Amino acid sequence: MTEAGYTTAARTSEFAFVAQESLAIPMFSVLAQDGTACCGADLSVVEQTVALRIYQAMLFTRVLDERMVAAQRQGRISFYLTSTGEEAASVASAAALSDQDMLMAQYREQGALALRGFSSEQFMNQLFSNELDLGKGRQMPVHYGCKALHYMTVSSPLATQIPQAVGYAYGQKLAAGEHVTLCYFGEGAASEGDFHAALNFAAVLRAPVIFFCRNNGYAISTPAEEQYAGDGIAARGVGYGLQTIRVDGNDALAVYLATQKARAYAIEHCAPVLIEAMSYRLGAHSTSDDPSGYRSKDEEQKWREYDPLVRLRAWLYRQQWWSEAEDKALDESLRAEMLAAMKVAEKIPKPKLRELVTDVYDTPSVELRRQQEDLEQHLKRYPEHYPRTAGRA
Amino acid sequence: MQMNLLQAVNNALDLAMASQSKMICFGEDVGHFGGVFRATSGLQEKYGRERCFNTPLCEQGIIGFANGLAAQGSVAVAEIQFGDYIFPAFDQIVNESAKFRYRSGNEFNVGGLTIRTPYGGGIAGGLYHSQSPEAYFTHTPGLKVVVPRNPYQAKGLLLAAIRDPNPVLFLEPKRIYRASVGEVPEGDYELPLGKAELVREGSDVTLLAWGAQMEAIEKAAELAQAEGISCEIIDLRSLQPWDADTVCDSVIKTGRLVVNHEAPRTSGFGAEIVATVQERCFLHLESPITRVTGLDTPFPLVHEAEYMPDHLKTFEAIKQAVRF
Ligand SMILES: Cc1ncc(C[n+]2csc(CCOP(=O)(O)OP(=O)(O)O)c2C)c(N)n1
Repeated sequence: MTEAGYTTAARTSEFAFVAQESLAIPMFSVLAQDGTACCGADLSVVEQTVALRIYQAMLFTRVLDERMVAAQRQGRISFYLTSTGEEAASVASAAALSDQDMLMAQYREQGALALRGFSSEQFMNQLFSNELDLGKGRQMPVHYGCKALHYMTVSSPLATQIPQAVGYAYGQKLAAGEHVTLCYFGEGAASEGDFHAALNFAAVLRAPVIFFCRNNGYAISTPAEEQYAGDGIAARGVGYGLQTIRVDGNDALAVYLATQKARAYAIEHCAPVLIEAMSYRLGAHSTSDDPSGYRSKDEEQKWREYDPLVRLRAWLYRQQWWSEAEDKALDESLRAEMLAAMKVAEKIPKPKLRELVTDVYDTPSVELRRQQEDLEQHLKRYPEHYPRTAGRA
Repeated sequence: MQMNLLQAVNNALDLAMASQSKMICFGEDVGHFGGVFRATSGLQEKYGRERCFNTPLCEQGIIGFANGLAAQGSVAVAEIQFGDYIFPAFDQIVNESAKFRYRSGNEFNVGGLTIRTPYGGGIAGGLYHSQSPEAYFTHTPGLKVVVPRNPYQAKGLLLAAIRDPNPVLFLEPKRIYRASVGEVPEGDYELPLGKAELVREGSDVTLLAWGAQMEAIEKAAELAQAEGISCEIIDLRSLQPWDADTVCDSVIKTGRLVVNHEAPRTSGFGAEIVATVQERCFLHLESPITRVTGLDTPFPLVHEAEYMPDHLKTFEAIKQAVRF
């Protein structure tokens, strides 16, 4: 029988609860909003190509989000979900990894996928559920996934990817390929049982996984103070025995540097790390939601002053790695690219009817085949009632 | 008063909270915002944050908490934001809520618990915003399962569910949350749990459904009527316990039965109904009982119209039954 700390804990007769104050975790920050280095940070370690790659993916994401919200309002797609105001968190963390490291996302991390090179065409194919969508039009818009880019397909039930990431990382460890898994989730999802199971498993089984919490202040309408008590999600990492850091999620360079260190640690020690990135969800939860029912315009306005794009751009200008003219040109070309991709994707047909029954199992069961045949017969009888599949088996 | 189904649910919760100071309602976004569908709108303002509140985002926590609260003697009405997200709470519901009374020799029970959750497709919600999970729960002794079809039914059944001395799962058809509008009495009333309703009399074939699928069978009955087929329509309303007497009486009269549900066919609740009716009405049957159901696939996004057991598929099943 082990004694679980009985013999190693220091003894005291001085009574004291251990409370949150003894574990107030600071926020790692290197860049001020005006683009100057802050907090005594040395930014000479950041390479120009990396910084530009991060910025360009952030801009790509901002433009994509703007364009698709407009498309949803015009009724061209059914649903969308922006990452406006927190692009730095997902983009810069992904930039600190090897492109072969696994990413397991929640749903608001399109920036990481953009950084990996998912094209505007690929985004549009998923958003329009056409037959080129890698997910075959089965899931709602924004549920991206791409094996070639090591990006696990998003699943709507929250937090389910967190323990899966631990298993994936454990497999990577056994394969000895020097790769890690980075798992994104919100501070809301961190309330789920799956989150707690995942941290405990990762710590005990020593999996090279980076838990990346995007703490953006809201889970739909529920503000963080109604989500958890105490010092945020980072404190839980410590509680479960993980290396933990809290970072300024609107500071792309801080996120990048922190994730770089986390990756190195995870690989060297074969152990998990938790990063809590503090940010704010500037937009609505999704296009189905109206934030005016639970927060003020003033509050949103205040957070616009921390815009992560503005901050990184200001630094790039100061470095003279990027100019206003280049910025304008990129913005315009991205807008044109999105519009063109959207027009093409809209016209591509929906997946074929037979894809209704494939992939349920490796091959459709006899019963499924029979159901499909019945369905085909039925559709032939009433083609005008099922216009999407009429005449297209 | 004219109300839609959501307003009827809200009204029932309001009346129950007014009449029972021990009633507490909670769930994700349920507090000030009133829930993502707004079923709990205004309740926090009226009854305070102690009786209507947001919980952390954790379904197993919500139902575990609700079980404890109900065991203490409170009336707990928990919302699970989508039926699809009830599964993290499956253990708390199936092993705990449902078995509290039995395993303790009635020392303890969670009779004060009602779990409300929107279910079903037809809203372009894809795999995870469209499921009809009723069969998983009807397989669980100790739990009641109720599904209303319109605002009047929703209010009366929900009030009965909240006051029923057993844990009840109350599935709300979200497809018709706003679309189904009807006359609802302002005052308090209850409709019986465990009783089906004969919605329309007919002589050739019995049509059976529940919740949002009632629309499909009613439309199918109209198509059939134009071809001279007379349909009797039953709303099962309560799936556990379910009213086999009303169903069998009708089948004995018409000699035929078509069961419609949105959930996949295999091991769907329709299978239970068909087995029971076949046992009890075998000699009265003029044709095989048929099921019109969802396919044995996860709920799709783009092929939703094809997947749904709609009025046309039901109409075809009616014709087959009658012309057998
Ligand atoms: C298990 C489960 N419960 C509920 C939901 C509904 N839901 C979708 S997103 C969301 C809020 C998530 O908030 P958070 O994790 O903080 O991420 P954010 O949206 O802020 O990026 C909820 C409750 C769900 N998808 N899955």
